[in-house]
Amino acid sequence: MSPVMPSDFDPENAEPEGFVSPGLPVDKASTSGRLPIGDPEQIPDPAEVDIPDDLRDQIQAIVDKYPDRDHKGSPKSASIPVLWIIQRRYGWCTPEGIVQAAAVMQVTPAYLESVASFYDLLRTSPQGEHQVLVCTNIACWMRGGDELLDSFCAKTGADLEAAGHGGALSEDGRILVSGFECLGACDLAPMASVDERYFGPLENADASTIVDQLESGAEVLPEKALDRRGLAGGVADSSDPRVVDGKGPNQ
Amino acid sequence: MSEVNGNGGAVEETRVLLRHAEDPKMASLEGYESYGGYRVLKKALKEIEPEWIVGELEESGLRGRGGAGFSMGKKVSFLPHTDDAKYLCCNADESEPGAFKDRELMQRNPHQLIEGMIISSFAASIGHAFIFIRGEYDEQADILDHAVEEAYEAGYLGNNILGSGFNLELVVHRGAGAYICGEETALLDALEGKRGNPRLKPPFPAVQGLYGGPTLINNVETLSNVSHIVANGADWFKSFGTEQSPGTKVVSVSGCVKRPGNYEVELGVTLRDLIFGLAGGPLDGHEIKAFYPGGSSSPVLTPAELDLPYSFEAMAEAGSMLGSGSIIVADDSVSIPRMAKRTSKFYRHESCGKCTPCREGTSWTDKMLERVCTGEATPMDLDIISSVQDNIMGNCLCVLGDAMAMPVSSMVKKFRDEFEETIAEEAAKTWSFDGLEAVDGQEPGPGGMSQKTLRRERLAGRSIPGEGVS
Ligand SMILES: Cc1cc2nc3c(=O)[nH]c(=O)nc-3n(C[C@H](O)[C@H](O)[C@H](O)COP(=O)(O)O)c2cc1C
Ligand code: SF4
Repeated sequence: MSPVMPSDFDPENAEPEGFVSPGLPVDKASTSGRLPIGDPEQIPDPAEVDIPDDLRDQIQAIVDKYPDRDHKGSPKSASIPVLWIIQRRYGWCTPEGIVQAAAVMQVTPAYLESVASFYDLLRTSPQGEHQVLVCTNIACWMRGGDELLDSFCAKTGADLEAAGHGGALSEDGRILVSGFECLGACDLAPMASVDERYFGPLENADASTIVDQLESGAEVLPEKALDRRGLAGGVADSSDPRVVDGKGPNQ
Repeated sequence: MSEVNGNGGAVEETRVLLRHAEDPKMASLEGYESYGGYRVLKKALKEIEPEWIVGELEESGLRGRGGAGFSMGKKVSFLPHTDDAKYLCCNADESEPGAFKDRELMQRNPHQLIEGMIISSFAASIGHAFIFIRGEYDEQADILDHAVEEAYEAGYLGNNILGSGFNLELVVHRGAGAYICGEETALLDALEGKRGNPRLKPPFPAVQGLYGGPTLINNVETLSNVSHIVANGADWFKSFGTEQSPGTKVVSVSGCVKRPGNYEVELGVTLRDLIFGLAGGPLDGHEIKAFYPGGSSSPVLTPAELDLPYSFEAMAEAGSMLGSGSIIVADDSVSIPRMAKRTSKFYRHESCGKCTPCREGTSWTDKMLERVCTGEATPMDLDIISSVQDNIMGNCLCVLGDAMAMPVSSMVKKFRDEFEETIAEEAAKTWSFDGLEAVDGQEPGPGGMSQKTLRRERLAGRSIPGEGVS
């Protein structure tokens, strides 16, 4: 994710050149432009970490859903869902958020960092207010996915090269545009996921409309939303007696 | 849907799982129950023996719909009959390019899956169940969250379900974007809150899976079939499909077709019926050139194979596979070398990096295919590409490497001419039009190869056409 220059980037807290975060896996986690808070290898003492009550409750509720150590489970199971909570709250997996989560879950921040850096959807650097993921995998590519990504970049000023390799922010830093592998919606090709909702099939001109809608806070292309779509085969009932006389569900 | 198509004939879907799925109320508990939902669960908990259910599932021949096609009933029967805590994981990771059937099933009929999971858990005395859904499917995960909540409120989940003494907790677990988490043991790691890396097998998950306990892992569509089989019996199920591939299958058809989408058919209908009859065939003025019959991991087939029945056995016999049941169609406007490049790019990105043949092999293949597409490769490189694929296959912890090697080597084999043409065409672009003077001031070498390519070939000690071994 190269030219990501977040609006809230704090140069005071930036890494010196060539700096590698101690104890963190040397991948995205060490290149995200910041120093870790405290010792990433130590489980934070909950008494020393300032955590909003509602966030603490939310995280604890997730941890409680998984089998605990007495049942051979582990609070670590909650890692991904808890990182999602952190990302939803702060916009990305911030170092502060990770320490807060680690304190409630009683795991090390380094552990959560390493998990966050593995997954494409968890961001260890700022990702803007809106996310546009454009599928450029096989089926979308055949139907114009690359051109659609170009159109989003042209409209937002996001760097095309960087957008194709992990994502790039728009000129104003508000929208993340990212080429993406198959999103599981080849029937909508070419398609994009806009703030975690699917839209397609899209035309290049739709990129401009979507960006305008995001910026003005309007509803994004309702007529192309996945949830408005019918089954490909339309409304059909079977005349097959095995189906009609079945005793299971869907009768 | 019935439609006559010059190429397909009259084709009708056989909707069992997707029946009434176009009705939006199917997604709610009330709607699902109004169509007979949870009837089987009530009956099962009251009057059916778990052993009978396992027997019926085995007898039905239901094969896993997630890719490998292994008998679901057998998998259940492998779980040890001990008092250890056992787990069920529904694989809703669906990240293979071309696959989008689980998305549709969860979006339109989440309770069908939940009911199937409860009955399967009851049959195998499992106390904890999880749905591992890919993070990108946020909309469907919200639908599932809501449906699970409804099921808890109705007393279908939790303690002492419907007074039967059977307990089951069900958690919807969102992933966060990593194809490899669909591999069953990586999925277990992801569920345990780790980076999703595949584990060495054996031990198989049925013996030692989640938190070290016996674990059943099945795909969304596999589990969605369970209540239908328990309600109607194994013989009913076997009346659909072929002997070795019983039942119906939700098939995702995409790419260069008029009506891409999910179609539910009996296994054994022809590919032509699916691609032409249901999905409308190629766009006007185009012809089909190749297609992946079972997702991006399956070796491609050509139009000559359109009349084969769509079944596990027929696809295997044709040297490919049915996999997750996803057909991606390429027409004559699609460049096969570039399609191979898209394929390798995906697997290179998704390799977890644990095994050398996969990590290096996917990355090398991707770079070599890049050179094919920019004209820097030579026809001899195609042989190297093929041999690299042979060296990946069967040499890794999981089959992600094979999943790239199989389609790529099939494309190089079946469309070799086109690969060579692409190399020649792209190489020619680096020369000025009169063909005499190279853009960089150098003469084109033998075989139209650029000086850069020639130099590399000579350094590698490979023979140059028209030059002998240099
Ligand atoms: C790299 C890789 C990715 C996979 N992705 C999925 C997937 O997204 N969904 C799925 O159901 N199975 C996937 N599988 C297959 C699973 O490992 C496993 O076989 C399947 O979930 C078993 O369920 P089934 O028997 O019901 O098909 C994948 C396998 C591999 C090797
Ligand atoms: S084959 Fe590839 S994806 Fe699978 S474990 Fe090995 S490196 Fe990881």
